[in-house]
Amino acid sequence: MKNAPKTKMMDMTCVVCPIGCHLKVTVDENGNFLSVTGNRCPRGEAYAKEEITDPKRVLPTSVKVIGGELPLTSVRTEKAIPKRLIFSAMKVIKSIQVNAPVKRGQIILENILDTGVNVIATRTVKKQNGK
Amino acid sequence: MKVAVIGAGIVGSLIAREFTKYEIDVEVFEKLPDVGWGITKANSGILHAGYDDEPGTLRAKYCAKGNEMYDRLSKDLNFELKRIGSLVLAFSEEELNILKELEKRGKDNGVKGLKILNRIESLEVEPNLSREVISALYAPSAGIIAPWEAAQAAIENAVENGAMLHLSTEIKNISNENNQYVLDTSNGEFQFDMVINAAGLWADDLAEKTGVKVSPLHPRRGEYILLDQPGVVRTVIFPTPSEAGKGILVLPTVHDTVLLGPTSQDLPPTQKESTKTTFDGLSKIVKSAQKLVPAVNISKTIRTFAGLRPENDIKDFVLKREGNMMHVVATRSPGLSSAPAIAKDIVNDMLGDLEIKKRSDFNPHRAPLVKVIEMSDKERENIIAKNPSYGRVICRCNHVTEGEVVDAIRHGARTLDGIKFRTTAMFGRCQGSFCTVKIMKIMKRELGKNYEEIRKNLPNSQIVDGDVR
Amino acid sequence: MKKLKYDVVVLGGGAAGMGAINGALSQNVSVLLIEREASTGGVLNQCIHNGFGVHVFKQELSGPEYHEMYMEKLSRFDAMYETTVLNVDVKSNTLNTISISGVYEIKYGSLVLATGARERPFEALRIPGYRPAGVFTAGLAQHFVNLENRLPGHKAVIVGSGDIGLIMARRLTLEGVEVEGVYEIMPYQGGLTRNIVQCLDDFNIPLHLSTSIVEVHGKDRLEGVTVAKFENGHPVRKTERFVKCDTLVASVGLIPENDLVNETIELSDGSGANVDDLMRTNIYNVFAAGNNVCIHDLVDFAAVEGEIAGKNAAHVAKGKELPERMGILKKGEGVGLLSTKYTIAAEPFKLFVRVKKPMGTTILRLNDQKIKTVLAAKPSEMIEVKMDPSRYNMKGNLILSAMEVDKI
Repeated sequence: MKNAPKTKMMDMTCVVCPIGCHLKVTVDENGNFLSVTGNRCPRGEAYAKEEITDPKRVLPTSVKVIGGELPLTSVRTEKAIPKRLIFSAMKVIKSIQVNAPVKRGQIILENILDTGVNVIATRTVKKQNGK
Repeated sequence: MKVAVIGAGIVGSLIAREFTKYEIDVEVFEKLPDVGWGITKANSGILHAGYDDEPGTLRAKYCAKGNEMYDRLSKDLNFELKRIGSLVLAFSEEELNILKELEKRGKDNGVKGLKILNRIESLEVEPNLSREVISALYAPSAGIIAPWEAAQAAIENAVENGAMLHLSTEIKNISNENNQYVLDTSNGEFQFDMVINAAGLWADDLAEKTGVKVSPLHPRRGEYILLDQPGVVRTVIFPTPSEAGKGILVLPTVHDTVLLGPTSQDLPPTQKESTKTTFDGLSKIVKSAQKLVPAVNISKTIRTFAGLRPENDIKDFVLKREGNMMHVVATRSPGLSSAPAIAKDIVNDMLGDLEIKKRSDFNPHRAPLVKVIEMSDKERENIIAKNPSYGRVICRCNHVTEGEVVDAIRHGARTLDGIKFRTTAMFGRCQGSFCTVKIMKIMKRELGKNYEEIRKNLPNSQIVDGDVR
Repeated sequence: MKKLKYDVVVLGGGAAGMGAINGALSQNVSVLLIEREASTGGVLNQCIHNGFGVHVFKQELSGPEYHEMYMEKLSRFDAMYETTVLNVDVKSNTLNTISISGVYEIKYGSLVLATGARERPFEALRIPGYRPAGVFTAGLAQHFVNLENRLPGHKAVIVGSGDIGLIMARRLTLEGVEVEGVYEIMPYQGGLTRNIVQCLDDFNIPLHLSTSIVEVHGKDRLEGVTVAKFENGHPVRKTERFVKCDTLVASVGLIPENDLVNETIELSDGSGANVDDLMRTNIYNVFAAGNNVCIHDLVDFAAVEGEIAGKNAAHVAKGKELPERMGILKKGEGVGLLSTKYTIAAEPFKLFVRVKKPMGTTILRLNDQKIKTVLAAKPSEMIEVKMDPSRYNMKGNLILSAMEVDKI
């Protein structure tokens, strides 16, 4: 038997953008990232590395608006947050509300769960009956 | 004098309206939340010419006569009726012989204008027929209506003429004390001098509650497919009838869709609510319909549904009077066509010996419902100037406006189906995916309800449940 | 009846419509938008998930952000909101509208159809059973959750694996609705792989391929569905399983919305408008863009198509002749959808191609010319092909085929 290093190939779909490149990721026996093929841009490599260590996702959802022409504003995390924190983050987001008017880009919640990532409004909600 | 009509299907509705022509108090009891939601809601909607029914049956007695009465009714009550005619197709000499029998029977039943067409004539009337057709029986007096619209209109007119309507009110028991009928209902007790049992599929059970035996009913399920393929046929297309009934048809509806069906499946009496469609039934419809009209394009399906017809062993209507109670049982096909004639006869019979005056102030007319899409530009401009909500289109498939939805609510709609079956919003190809929210918003505002209180149709048919935030 | 006249009239203010307004405004013509809803944005308003704008804005936005940011790019234009077009007469170049302000007859120099798509409703599938409340198209469920603050129910089954269905599987899960699974009748997914990963895999929601619903239970409100395995479009006996649920979300296809013009505009077998690479239809001054041409994966492409349509519509409105059509594109082996029907090819253009079934390494050919190789081709993922007239012949009959050269 040859004493070749034990590597493992993993199939993965890059979700950085909607193109969805099919990645073939090679990891060593301890699961450490070695290489990736199939990515059309450098973000694919970064994604594969991160997906193997601590996968991250942008969280899109909504927050209750008080006195707005809509009952909700849509929000998202400004950057991706660790996937394992998604449900804890939802719990925090569910507990907050914001007064109308809401401006797109407005920070709704700073530094959610100490991730260093803000939750921002992704739509403008005017006050009920006018501005 | 007080009369109760049990059941607000097409039969009960027309009977109730007929009674309101007299100086008599009329109350209608319907166990469902709206008018015309039983048998009336899910059938082919055909006014049959009347050549099918064997002489001597009540069907033969009432069908052609009732059919004819719809002309007047549709004018007075302002519901749509289209006399589009029907064709019974023959694909063999054997079937042609049956057509000849039907033609003769029709003439005996007083059906006007019947004619046997040859192959070329048949294809001229209906270019999309199967090329295998050899002949067809043409009946110009066959028509189509939306049966629920007729029932709604009749009840509304009855109510305008003083009748009282009890919806969501089920009859638990009926007893007779001192020549008074006591109706024990889910909404309390009521007393009447006269009772009409027009309870559709439950008419036999109700008769039994008063100790009257009638030929028992079982449901015969008819499944349908509704297509968005306007123009594929212009008349009602039947196969040659067989022992099993009139067969699976292809016909246009008054709303410019196309209906395929019904199947004909006898169910046990315990399944009087089994309005589900089945894999076998729907497959059969496709096969049978395409045999008549190969151009039927099943990918244009809007929806499928099933209705139940009240069938008995003698295959005929039963009108049975016991004291001052009349049981109208087994109004199977052609029950819809026959209903106006039945209603007239029953009221005459019930009031015959009594000296009850006709009301001088009876108003036979129900005001037409506004249909903006059917108006001219000038009419549209005028009505929008008076009420801008007639300019806001809510339903993009059938172009129903906000004003029409509000009208439907004012005419008694309390559920999404109530609005659907009055306006045709949600009836179209999108099946409500665009307009449901808009309609619910109007219902919230007009009825002072919240989203959770709005129902699709039946009491537990809630649409949404709870806040996201 | 009030009368108006505009150089370019745009029907529909979604992504393609906004693009068309942008394209037309760049040519200094008068522009009127006619929009059914109370504002622009179309379905973007309820698509609160991220993933929009990678091409146009070079960042990943939510639908509402995309809408607002695109609107900020536009200079002034006229618009009629909550206005429905009742008919279009391409002979007299007029259309009739209705709104709370009354009825209008509007004369256009050019017309851009940007009417988008509608969802195929569950009812159209002819699935047996009852018809209770609790059955939603994915878009309707999304509208309730994201705009009306209402939950459709508490235990959901998703039928069809189209993108909106997958997005709703995640959305409902995040809001505490139990999503039992996604059922897809085909042996492959309907939506983007990216959505399978982030919407299903991330939340351990199973995707059942070759499986669909065979019966709906519940007379008032949905009580459950029976699912079964499917082979060649037919349910397999004895594979039935009852799934308890109170909510059914259908994501079973989008249909290009061309009902207003289906008697005048040439449509494809998928009911999309047949256009050339300048987005012109068979009528010289009627253009089309976005999902009413073909169903796109990315909103960016709908917007870009709109820009092309709007710009060329403006040219025609100003009396400029567009170059003539040179060729006709036809679906060859392995191809399910082509975004463009006719080639003018005065300049390079983008063609979008969907394959019929999943394939491994696939070569796309234009007649016998090799034009692109993709590592994996899936019907759910549009392939973008740059059509360059300096490289390929684009005259006459052009058959575009997709051939698998290596399995996945």
